[in-house]
Amino acid sequence: MLGYTLLLIVAFSLVAYWVGKASGRRFAAAGGKVHSLPVYHGAFVAVWVGIPAFVLVLLWVAMQGTVIDSLVIASLPDSMTEGASEGQIQLWLSEIRNVASGRLFSEPPPEIVAAAEHLTSWQRIAGIAMVVVALALMIIALGVARSRLAARFRARNRFEQVLTGLMVFCSLVAILTTVGIIASLLYEAWAFFQLVPITEFLFGLRWEPQIAIRSDQVAGEGAFGAIPVFTGTILIATIAMVVATPIGIFTAIYLVEYASDRVRAVVKPVMEILAGVPTVVFGFFAILVVAPAIRSAGGLVGIGVSPNSAMAAGAVMGIMIIPFISSLSDDALKAVPRSMRDGSLALGATAGETMVRVLLPAALPGIVGGVLLGVSRAIGETMIVVMAAGLIASLTFNPIDSVTTVTVQIVTLLIGDTEFDSPKTLAAFALGLVLFISTLALNVLALRIVRKYREQYE
Amino acid sequence: MTDSLLSTQVEWSSEAAASRRRRRHAADRRLQAYGIVAISLAIGLLGLLIVSLVSTGYLAFVQTKVTLDFPISEEWVDPAEPAEGNYRQVIRQALLEQFPEVTSPPQQRKLGEIITNNAQFMVRDAVVANPSVIGGTLRLTVPVSDPFDQLNKGTISRDVPEGQRRVTDEQIAWFDQLDATGAVATPFNWELFFSADSRFPELAGLSGAIVGSFYALLICFVLSFPIGIAAAIYLEEFAPRNRWTDLIEVNINNLAAVPSIVFGLLGLAVFLNFFGLPRSAPLVGGMVLALMTLPTMIIVTRASLKAVPPSIREAALGMGASRHQMIMHHVLPLALPGILTGTIIGLAQALGETAPLLLIGMNAFITSPPGGLLEASTALPTQIFIWADSPERGFVSRTSAAILVLLGFLILMNAIAVFLRQRLERTW
Repeated sequence: MLGYTLLLIVAFSLVAYWVGKASGRRFAAAGGKVHSLPVYHGAFVAVWVGIPAFVLVLLWVAMQGTVIDSLVIASLPDSMTEGASEGQIQLWLSEIRNVASGRLFSEPPPEIVAAAEHLTSWQRIAGIAMVVVALALMIIALGVARSRLAARFRARNRFEQVLTGLMVFCSLVAILTTVGIIASLLYEAWAFFQLVPITEFLFGLRWEPQIAIRSDQVAGEGAFGAIPVFTGTILIATIAMVVATPIGIFTAIYLVEYASDRVRAVVKPVMEILAGVPTVVFGFFAILVVAPAIRSAGGLVGIGVSPNSAMAAGAVMGIMIIPFISSLSDDALKAVPRSMRDGSLALGATAGETMVRVLLPAALPGIVGGVLLGVSRAIGETMIVVMAAGLIASLTFNPIDSVTTVTVQIVTLLIGDTEFDSPKTLAAFALGLVLFISTLALNVLALRIVRKYREQYE
Repeated sequence: MTDSLLSTQVEWSSEAAASRRRRRHAADRRLQAYGIVAISLAIGLLGLLIVSLVSTGYLAFVQTKVTLDFPISEEWVDPAEPAEGNYRQVIRQALLEQFPEVTSPPQQRKLGEIITNNAQFMVRDAVVANPSVIGGTLRLTVPVSDPFDQLNKGTISRDVPEGQRRVTDEQIAWFDQLDATGAVATPFNWELFFSADSRFPELAGLSGAIVGSFYALLICFVLSFPIGIAAAIYLEEFAPRNRWTDLIEVNINNLAAVPSIVFGLLGLAVFLNFFGLPRSAPLVGGMVLALMTLPTMIIVTRASLKAVPPSIREAALGMGASRHQMIMHHVLPLALPGILTGTIIGLAQALGETAPLLLIGMNAFITSPPGGLLEASTALPTQIFIWADSPERGFVSRTSAAILVLLGFLILMNAIAVFLRQRLERTW
């Protein structure tokens, strides 16, 4: 129904465009001065017909479900609704929906069947009403907009105003996204902190979130102290940076100072390919190659390495971050004014001395900024750790043990049953909030360092 | 101080100076060597990644199949209702005709393990499509089950003691006997692309994931392309420089660096929980991916708009065009190739994105491709994640093959982007 309504709106807008354009042509044919081209008369009428109807349909679809649900609940006999809990009513609603769409599991009670019939008929009525109302709105809009057209009417300016308004709305989408992220994280995390005190979450040493969501499940008591999760994240991110930072920076040094054009023409695309590999691929690489390799290497020297050790996940994450660090360091080194480099070389310093004594110190803020951005990526990276790191939160800094991270916990808590009144689900949002705040802080810090450095030379 | 330095003569040819020079040059070469080592490490790791994927994945592009004559006797299949027949018995009989010497029930069960568990449904579908074979025999090629597929491809070694592999010596003998009659073949595995997911590795394919990813990318494009361009035009061409537009810009730059999983949390809390959209739907996946791609899209479009020289704008304005006309008629068409290139690269990133899709449930086990935007579905990267988690041996090579397919799509998209850039983009 929705698809046909949208098609109807598009078709009617085209008709409106054509009607408006025809009027514009008539004004032009009548002689005398016309302010706007016929096209703009058409466009003016079309936007005033199409946009309000489109907004109406969107609102209608968003509201329809809630309104019909409350109508259905009201139609249930008082004996059922009186004293029933919110959850019970939700249960009935979903049963009614199932019956209405023909998915019958057992013989439903007659009240439910009756309500399902109501539901179907209301849905049909609502669908038809939506089309009728949208059509009426479009016809009225067409009439009003067309009556405003005249030879001296500033159709182009009016149309451009609408266009500017649309553009402003589109650039607000980015703000709305941020607001949505912050609001949803804060809202669910606040609900979580009602159930589990924030001090326990931030400073507790035990993390055992697999509690029962339904009463018939067998599960642990539950503990929501996130310190082991944080230390696990820090451990894996540290391993990743230990791998990525030297390789990335040395790659950048070689490319800037030593590499011939031919080497650069090969290495740069390779780094771009490495940067474009999806993280799920790195995750599979970790479990297919790196983890078994580290395990057997540990076996050779007689150390028992956990099958999903922090080392394997961190090392592969490091590989993922190499191109990131190398390209940011490359940019930072290239941004050092040429005169400084030439001056150093002219004094007789070798290329290496110029790099270490002149270019690196000058580019250091940029490189540090890049490394910080790399850390923020390592903390927020999900798929590699979900596939290669462990699930059990243990408080350890031993790289060959299995640890878990914030992102792993978010994914494992939210895969499967999600109930928005269980601390298990809400805990994921509290972790998400911590993740969002820490990566945001790192990004802001990194950008600030980079910007401060830039001011020195411009 | 300078005087004293200048007045002392440095003996450049002295042994001390020469050794100092050698040390300095050695340090220089050392730095160069570190660079070479770092680059070789990076390239070597990428090579290892690709080699390990190809070496495990190429096996999944062929599939061991066996061609058998299935006796469709009326005793088991009623001509009036071909869909209701006892096809288990048909399969059994077809194998027993090949191996009349196998008589005891446990042995017969072992024999039945050679071909895929779903063979009975394949025969059923073939009979339903062509009921005239009832009473005669039907010649059909069916996949062998995963252990024998692995055996045929050499992943399961015959040298391993019997207790440590999933096929018995007896079964291997039967399989070799079948092979000797020429019934076994390993054709290209079209099912990998044209069938949907399955619990049995020999039957699992990517069509559901490919269709799901296509729908999600379509939604992502439909939303992020116009919104991104409109936002970029406003910020670049119209917006006054004030605190609000500064806020929007800082915001966009920060959004581009937010971890992808946070967008998944947003989708779960807002689209699924608040708006009540269905779980696992490509529509929701596409919307989340669109929010993620939007910052990239805006940044790329702004860069392309900036690259159009001011002379074009001034010429248009000088001829009496309004600012909207100047942008719509002149600047935007000139910037479009750059915008398209950036869009394709943004979509390629969205195609590989996994974490947010996991949170909105696009990792469900679904055995048919989605019929619409609201039906439950998987996507290519989430399918890889599901298969990587599966314990069956056959899924290892399927996972690598799925990754190769995903990388193939990514390479294709990037190649199109590079082609567009070289063909259409102009430098001023």
